[in-house]
Amino acid sequence: MTNTILRALLSYWWRSPLQLFTFLMGLALATGLWSGVQAINSEARASYDAAAATLGEGQFDQLVPRTGDRIPQSVYIDLRRAAWLVSPVLDVTYKGVRFVGIDPLTTPTQMSFSSDAGFSLEDTDLILGNAKVASVLEGFVDVTIDKSIPPGIAIADIGVVQRLFKRSDLSRLMILPEQPIRRPDLVEIAPELVVQPSQQIADVAALTDSFHLNLTAFGFLSFAVGLFIVHSTIGLAFEQRRGMIRTLRSLGVPLSNLLSLIIVEMGLLVLVGAVLGILMGYTIAALLLPDVAATVEGLYGARVSGTLSLRPEWWLSGIGLAFLGAGMALAVRIWQIMQMPLLSAVQPRAWAIASAKRIRGIAILGMILLGFSGLLALIGTGLGQAFALIGFLLIGSALVLPWLTIKLLDFAPGKGVVTSWFWADTRQQMPGLSLALIALLLAVSANIGVSTMVSSFRVTFVSFLDQRLAPELFIRVDEEKTASALEKYLLERELEVLPLLTVERPVVGQPAKLYGVRVGRTYRESWQFLGADPDVWDQVAKGEAVIVNEQLARRNNLWVADEVDIAPGLNIPIAAVVGDYGNPQGQVVMGELLFRKLYPNAVATSFGIRTTDTANLRKAIQSDLEVPDSGIINQASIKSMSLEVFERTFAVTAALNILTLGVAGFAMLMSLLTLAGMRTPQLAPVWALGLTRTRLGVLELARALGLSLIVFICAIPLGLALAWALLNFVNVEAFGWQLPMFFFPADYAFLGGLAILATLIAAAWPAFQMVRKPPAALLKVFSNER
Amino acid sequence: MAWAQSFGGLGSKAADEFATPQRNFVFDFPADHGAHPDYRIEWWYLTANLEDPAGVQYGLQWTLFRTAVAPGEEEGWLSPQVWFAHAAVTTPEAHFSTERFARGGIGQAGVTVEPFLAWIDEWRLEGPDMNSLSVQAASPDFAFDMDLRATGPLVFHGENGFSQKSAEGQASYYYSQPFYKISGTFNLPEGDIPVTGTAWLDREWSSQPLSDDQKGWDWFSLSFEDGEKMMGFQLRQSDGSYYSSATWIDANGETQSYPDGAFMAEPLEETRVAGRDIPIRWRVRLSDRDLDAEVLALTPKAWMDVSIPYWEGPVGISGSHSGRGYLEMTGYQ
Repeated sequence: MTNTILRALLSYWWRSPLQLFTFLMGLALATGLWSGVQAINSEARASYDAAAATLGEGQFDQLVPRTGDRIPQSVYIDLRRAAWLVSPVLDVTYKGVRFVGIDPLTTPTQMSFSSDAGFSLEDTDLILGNAKVASVLEGFVDVTIDKSIPPGIAIADIGVVQRLFKRSDLSRLMILPEQPIRRPDLVEIAPELVVQPSQQIADVAALTDSFHLNLTAFGFLSFAVGLFIVHSTIGLAFEQRRGMIRTLRSLGVPLSNLLSLIIVEMGLLVLVGAVLGILMGYTIAALLLPDVAATVEGLYGARVSGTLSLRPEWWLSGIGLAFLGAGMALAVRIWQIMQMPLLSAVQPRAWAIASAKRIRGIAILGMILLGFSGLLALIGTGLGQAFALIGFLLIGSALVLPWLTIKLLDFAPGKGVVTSWFWADTRQQMPGLSLALIALLLAVSANIGVSTMVSSFRVTFVSFLDQRLAPELFIRVDEEKTASALEKYLLERELEVLPLLTVERPVVGQPAKLYGVRVGRTYRESWQFLGADPDVWDQVAKGEAVIVNEQLARRNNLWVADEVDIAPGLNIPIAAVVGDYGNPQGQVVMGELLFRKLYPNAVATSFGIRTTDTANLRKAIQSDLEVPDSGIINQASIKSMSLEVFERTFAVTAALNILTLGVAGFAMLMSLLTLAGMRTPQLAPVWALGLTRTRLGVLELARALGLSLIVFICAIPLGLALAWALLNFVNVEAFGWQLPMFFFPADYAFLGGLAILATLIAAAWPAFQMVRKPPAALLKVFSNER
Repeated sequence: MAWAQSFGGLGSKAADEFATPQRNFVFDFPADHGAHPDYRIEWWYLTANLEDPAGVQYGLQWTLFRTAVAPGEEEGWLSPQVWFAHAAVTTPEAHFSTERFARGGIGQAGVTVEPFLAWIDEWRLEGPDMNSLSVQAASPDFAFDMDLRATGPLVFHGENGFSQKSAEGQASYYYSQPFYKISGTFNLPEGDIPVTGTAWLDREWSSQPLSDDQKGWDWFSLSFEDGEKMMGFQLRQSDGSYYSSATWIDANGETQSYPDGAFMAEPLEETRVAGRDIPIRWRVRLSDRDLDAEVLALTPKAWMDVSIPYWEGPVGISGSHSGRGYLEMTGYQ
């Protein structure tokens, strides 16, 4: 008998293959979106972890020179012979590849002789890198391909790197975690070195974490949307088979048999849908990963491997999501079947009345959550609370939405019988549609919020670029000799020359860039500050004060008139704080004279030049000084390059936005299909009273349009609140900068159009089914339903 | 020695290029106290039995190993020489061990002969000559500083220092200074402990000390109360048989070498140490000298938890002879 019942259950799918398709697609979409985001997230994280493990970056304290970037090898030997257990590293960048020379015998990282990571005592000539590095270096050195090496890095024995680049010194020394007792102080052995604690480097990892937070937030959003879809998909399958279940029960099939077979059937289908979804998620991730890699590299300088591997943590979580959602939906439906009297008919109106109370209760819960969110906005601090704020905001609004929609429908315009029926019918459908409407609300408001944030960012960023890239030409030279010749040449022509001196060193215990600038008209006119003394440039020119960027100021709570250490034992007041976007690192800007005094070995190899005749000056410099064309860059190209980095940074966000919107549209389709099946008994009398099927179909479309308009109207304030929270809380906590908020009505209108379009497409099929429904099907209602 | 066992087959492709020990070799001192980079492996191996003023017994080990990927020496990182070192302190309750690594050619480790200095990082075994040395080492848990005075001559094992290790002819150059008086201080977690006792320095170098069918070895350096000493080892072969060798050293340094089979060591009791069954009580026999004694580890814990782990620790002797010594056991899985 089991076989017969199962065949009866499954026969439904054979009769309506299109519904089988939508059922599987619904599950697949939900699983796919979630697992795709998870895949991107875990892949990016795995790349960092690999980098940390192989390079030991962020894991170990290091010894670095107080000035410059070179350590004589004899200092390494002196330290070892004085009980300082350190391991040498030599970093050289060539053709964009960072060569990391290590001593596999003493290194605390995984790249030791005793590991399987590729080095052997006999083959110290090995250079390890991934396939891309190998192809970049082809013709220069032979690279042995090792997938575990992070992108952009070639690892080799330190002796190999020294010979390759004719070096005899070292860049830094990793301090082994275990040190012998009775070790002398560092100043007695190597006073020219300083200890750089590991967490300073780890702070870069903290920044990359903020990017992951963005993705994780999207992951949760897709999880929520996915649950809605699974829920409504299962709901649809049950609604449409209510009749069949009743028939089977009437024929004497025991309830327990029926239920266990339904569970088995659903389990199989969910598994198929989830596997399809994982394949889809894999595809999404593979398509987006290059953008993620570009984002992370552009923003933080960390590199992510461009290739994807199937990791159990994300395909397992995808299947888990599908089963969780399905289990929840199934539990409700099974409970309903168990409660259903054997021969009872479907009674949507009574159900709707009962639900109205529930909807009110849920709305009260939603308002409480919104209250929490408001409270957090007032008193919350920290990234976790910023995300809690956003979570409460979104969930609270979602819970309030169905109730609010019903209330708004009370104000619906129009008189007359058909109109009144139309609105009443719409209200009655609310319980069935509410999940789909919530999905749409979340998708649209997330779209509005994120696009407001990105566009605000963009506006600020463009004006920032105008400030920072004021000089018309930038010239980069390789050698000190050329640099001084160039400077002389330009000064002879009475041009304003702005040499850019730079050095990297820790400031307030964190890695930062120090700049030396020649204070002149350009800086005085083009720089705008978040806060500044009136005579900021005079103070900077005299070397009495410095300018710091917002990141450094915010992170260390150092503002105008506070002091900052810019060299060992030298604290100097801050005269201004400047906004600095798209850069996680702290920056200190000081006058050229002070910089040259502190870092006499630093040489300016980039120059900004103010000129009105860019093209001719460019030609003149090229011919007179033999500066290669690639060394001269004009402002416009730098600006477009920076903008490109910026656009790619948010390409992932944009792609995920479109995906969530599409998925919300799908949720709407599922819900409408569910309702369409349920509603034939209610539409039949209206049809019998004289409304044509076409009219009914058009009304169905109108209803979808009306509801999506309501959702869209609710989504605007929610989206703006989301954007406000992102700009004022998440950005400040995660990136260290605050952005002014701008409004983009045209973008919102476009998004509204998209959302409505998605709903209309979703409503089109049920409406079309209505139009094509045979009159016999409608007439049957009167014969066998009530 | 443990190290030799694990690295015995290392780099076999270059084996032909290394020098191999020959019979009738004439040692040239002090040069031969230094390194022999043309041979694959070499060590400066110091062990000591010590006692504090309260009579508590301790063991000490300080060993500098040299291995070569290829024969000879080159400047800087190109050097084919690699240095390792182990240091350990054994108390009746605990065992501390640590290790160091260094590349040759860059000055991080090495050996000079006049004055004598064997070093790796800050660890040093040094003195004007081999009769008067100081030794020190440190780890995150312990440190020691000791002075050594030789009270007897160098002794040579096998045929005047040519020590055969298998029937197929594998051999090493092997001599010892077993007559050191030692005194100094242990710096242990419980505090500084002054100690005195006797120490034994082994010097050995070769290019392929073990044959393919040898799994590991048990090595004994025993100092008897009457002033006589014995070095004995047996190499365990995969067919269950042994290749053994021994040197009897009388109180004034006169030696007699014994060929394979004369010295016999038989495990009496095993203990689970670091997940392996390690014999910690032995019956040792050398019938020509009427030796039939039991050797018992001061503590079974003397496991050298280093990259290539082995057991090495102080032992007590009872039976036909009594005294103290050191036991090293390698190749136990």
